[in-house]
Amino acid sequence: MKFSDPTRPDAQIGLARARPQARALAQGRGTFTSDITLPRMVHAAFLRSPYAHATITAIDLAPARTMPGVVAVLDGAAMADLCTPWVGVLTHLKGLKSAPQYPLAVGRVRWQGEPVAMVLATTRAQAEDAAEHIMVSYDPLPPVVDAAAALAPGAPLIHPELGDNLAFERHIDTGNTDAAFAAADHIIEADFTFARHTGVPLEPRAVLADWNEGAQRLTIHQGTQVPHMMQTIYARHLGLDESQIRVISPDVGGSFGIKIHVYPDEMAVVAASRLLRRPVRFVADRLESFVSDIHARDHTVHARLAIMNDGTITGFDIDDLTGIGPYSAYPRTSAVEANQVINLIGGPYRFAHYRARARVAFQTKAMMSQYRAVGHPIATSVTEGLIDRAASHLGIDPVTIRRRNLIPDDAYPCTSPSGMRFEALSHHACLDRLLTLMDYDALRAEQASLRQRGIMRGIGIASFIEITNPGAAFYGVGGARISAQDGATLRLDAAGRLIVQASVTEQGQGTTTILAQIAAEAMGVAFDHVRVMLGDTDVTPYGGGTWASRAAGIGGEATWQAARALCAQILTLAASILQETSGNLDISGGAVIDRASRAERITLAELARIAYFRPDTLPKGIQAELIATRHYVPREYPFAFTNGIQAAWLELDTETGFITLLKHWVVEDCGTVINPMLVDEQIRGGVVQGIGAALFEQCDYDAEGQMLNASMADYLVPMAGEMPDITIAHITTPTAESTIGAKGAGEAGTAAASAAIANAVNDALSPLAISLATIPLTPARILAALQTGTGRAGGRP
Amino acid sequence: MKAAAFDYIRPETLGAAITLLTRHGPDAKLIAGGQSLLPALNLRLSAPGLLIDIGRLAALRGITLADRTLHIGAGCTHAQVMTHPLIQRHAPLIARALADVAHPAIRARGTFGGSLANADPAAELPACALALDAVMHAQGPAGPRRIPAAEFFTALFETALAPDEVLTGVDIPIQGDTQWGFAELARRTGDYAMVGLAAVARPGTIRLGWFSVGQTAILAHRAAATLTEGGPLEAACTALADDLPAHDDPQASAAMRLHLARVLLRRVVGAWGGR
Repeated sequence: MKFSDPTRPDAQIGLARARPQARALAQGRGTFTSDITLPRMVHAAFLRSPYAHATITAIDLAPARTMPGVVAVLDGAAMADLCTPWVGVLTHLKGLKSAPQYPLAVGRVRWQGEPVAMVLATTRAQAEDAAEHIMVSYDPLPPVVDAAAALAPGAPLIHPELGDNLAFERHIDTGNTDAAFAAADHIIEADFTFARHTGVPLEPRAVLADWNEGAQRLTIHQGTQVPHMMQTIYARHLGLDESQIRVISPDVGGSFGIKIHVYPDEMAVVAASRLLRRPVRFVADRLESFVSDIHARDHTVHARLAIMNDGTITGFDIDDLTGIGPYSAYPRTSAVEANQVINLIGGPYRFAHYRARARVAFQTKAMMSQYRAVGHPIATSVTEGLIDRAASHLGIDPVTIRRRNLIPDDAYPCTSPSGMRFEALSHHACLDRLLTLMDYDALRAEQASLRQRGIMRGIGIASFIEITNPGAAFYGVGGARISAQDGATLRLDAAGRLIVQASVTEQGQGTTTILAQIAAEAMGVAFDHVRVMLGDTDVTPYGGGTWASRAAGIGGEATWQAARALCAQILTLAASILQETSGNLDISGGAVIDRASRAERITLAELARIAYFRPDTLPKGIQAELIATRHYVPREYPFAFTNGIQAAWLELDTETGFITLLKHWVVEDCGTVINPMLVDEQIRGGVVQGIGAALFEQCDYDAEGQMLNASMADYLVPMAGEMPDITIAHITTPTAESTIGAKGAGEAGTAAASAAIANAVNDALSPLAISLATIPLTPARILAALQTGTGRAGGRP
Repeated sequence: MKAAAFDYIRPETLGAAITLLTRHGPDAKLIAGGQSLLPALNLRLSAPGLLIDIGRLAALRGITLADRTLHIGAGCTHAQVMTHPLIQRHAPLIARALADVAHPAIRARGTFGGSLANADPAAELPACALALDAVMHAQGPAGPRRIPAAEFFTALFETALAPDEVLTGVDIPIQGDTQWGFAELARRTGDYAMVGLAAVARPGTIRLGWFSVGQTAILAHRAAATLTEGGPLEAACTALADDLPAHDDPQASAAMRLHLARVLLRRVVGAWGGR
């Protein structure tokens, strides 16, 4: 493979380059939305519903309007005149329904935290002071908290006009599943529960909207992954032309999918700027983030596995139920996760019979939608949890049963029973590498000897697949105006340096760095001579942005193609200047060289000088074109699947129920690795989020629909003190669809970490014949199971 | 969220602080490190009209040893106390407990007296004060007075301090042949514990100071008496059921908390040997 030779000229792809931007960020010189202050800017604060479900009987804004510094106070009725409502459905998710959602609640509130009124004031503190003086009368309605209860007959209807609380239901059936289960030697069955959690990015949601009445243009600075999608949304719901809207995403402090959705408070901010004809800034504080950012997961899965005596899997039978809050999120919907769960279950394995049902229920809790590794942790936990239970039931080693059932590495291309098409995966190579990396046999021996001394340690393994590089299949085919292709423009400036403008975005993961590496190598210039500009709809090509692990594979390839196009243009120009055939020339080290001798002919700086300042010296008819744009979207496969495997090693204190993580390993295959350091850190960060899901994070709701732990003191994010060392290795199977061959890596860590941890906990508990299927695995849950001797015991969450 | 508006005064002397406190009454709050108060202000759980900053008062600083009594100024930060040679030598329990108080940044600002006066039932230091039989020094308009730790923590976030009194320091009696132990169970490093124990054995007395078990830090008298009388550890564990209130919270039910308390007692006292 061309990128595997480190001695190739101008090598950049594969180098572990640190992010140049990190220096400015570490020095406090980043520019986040909350760093931007504009003349005449006002601050927004929101009054949010204290009830999970209630009718608004009266709102009195007058007392707030007289408070110091207040510029305006708006409620749902006023806002409905400024911004049209939206409905989060997509046509390819057949039957998905939702109700119109407004920026501020109109007539009824449907979750605790839903914005009800908005104050605009000279300072945020004044806006908050005034918000306390808005008088809202509520008539409480019965809350609908539990997803199963939401679907029960007679459940209170969250949107009476929809007829029931079922937002979406999908079935997969390959046929003959009942027969396969009847013929199976063993049926393994378990009920898995996945708590709600949320993203908690370091920088909360932030938006600064600036309507310029003179120019009739709206400039929006926003921490978002998707500037062009937001441009479309704002135009559509504010009645503007897209050309009137510029969305700039400055530095963004993490997102994990949180900043990819349309939020009612953010829509209200933008609408208010137009009303007031002045800049309006809103930065969500931590408390409101917990009840207004999208939540994720919240699934219960009844799962059955059909297996033969020799460990061969013959079928899966799955019933997934998820609760999404009162609306399907816009414009990506809240049905994608459940859809993904049943698409991905069993994915690493060869089996024939599959039946699955996914149901998506409305509830009166905060909205749920796409968050890092959408659906993957659930699918992986269910699959790998069943496989470990099967191994235990049959008395065979967890590695042996996986080796027996993982799709052979030479079986590709192939299609899964749920219809997922795999171009080329490497499950067995990854498993082999993992066993070496962790010294599996020695670890098992250590575990056995420690058990003799009463020390309970566990090993958990989880294979996974990850959806990356999506084309139009996710959203475009369903009617969403979310670009599936991305573009890059490369320009040689007058000093011979390179400027890249690309439509994918950066939230701290290093997109900027890898695009610079790709451009530098493709052009044959120094890494330091490339400057990358992202996140500005007035500046970059049109594109989808960064989500679903697509920036490297799609944006990176567009950058490569644009660089190669610019190279060709430069060589044409150089050929005319040098009186040479362009085929005899190449670019390397920032200069045009002789292809055969690799001797320098003319530097790019000199060539640019001539092109920009002395075009009069060029031959007649030669016009220098020192800019090129290319777009890219994979067309052969709807997604570039990646694969990998993780393992966890941990110790369980059976007296306290506490878990100490000792070590974690990941072997994954994202194709060509553009920057191994950034890929590894992406994976580590993802593993940490998966560990958060496995052990710590849950949005704890009471029966009234009140979130009980909506603060950083009470909601336990994973922190460095509890994290194990995470060792990472790679198998490289490039996708043949692109020149670079890179697939995504952003979600691999999250996809399987919680499954590996849960399997390790159950492995540690195996001498006691206890197994748990609910995450997070809190000390309370573990102690309850230990005391009752059963995995089904709940205890307090 | 932003704190509601408040006034702020930093008096130069303890006397001036007490005068301000007397004049403004319950509308005023003392601030030193601010590590509990500022979050409460930002959450608008508390909205005092005046903050009186005693964080820089020299009279509240200093750690001294005299007449077999260790004195810790209320204004010493956790970090200063934790690393002080006198503390490490004569009150290692406190140094050990402080290692579990939040994170270095918080320990650099939070104060010893602030934590005691805040009387958070989940905080480590009140339980240590109980176990060490500390004596609190308070000063008000009527002058100084001393309050035994056992009488200091009266209710949830409430102490025996009068509204116009300032906690100025803490005396800890030092005895040569003291055994001590400390353990807590927290989900993450630096979190408030689900349950915690500060235990001190002096000749003739054992004190078991518990935190995160109810409305205040408490001494487990029955379990301690059992141990003091030389009774078996398991009998002390049994007695804990009567000592500890039945306290439920989202992290642990009362039964689980009692179970964990017994685990800690076995581990801490068991490590002393001889039982």
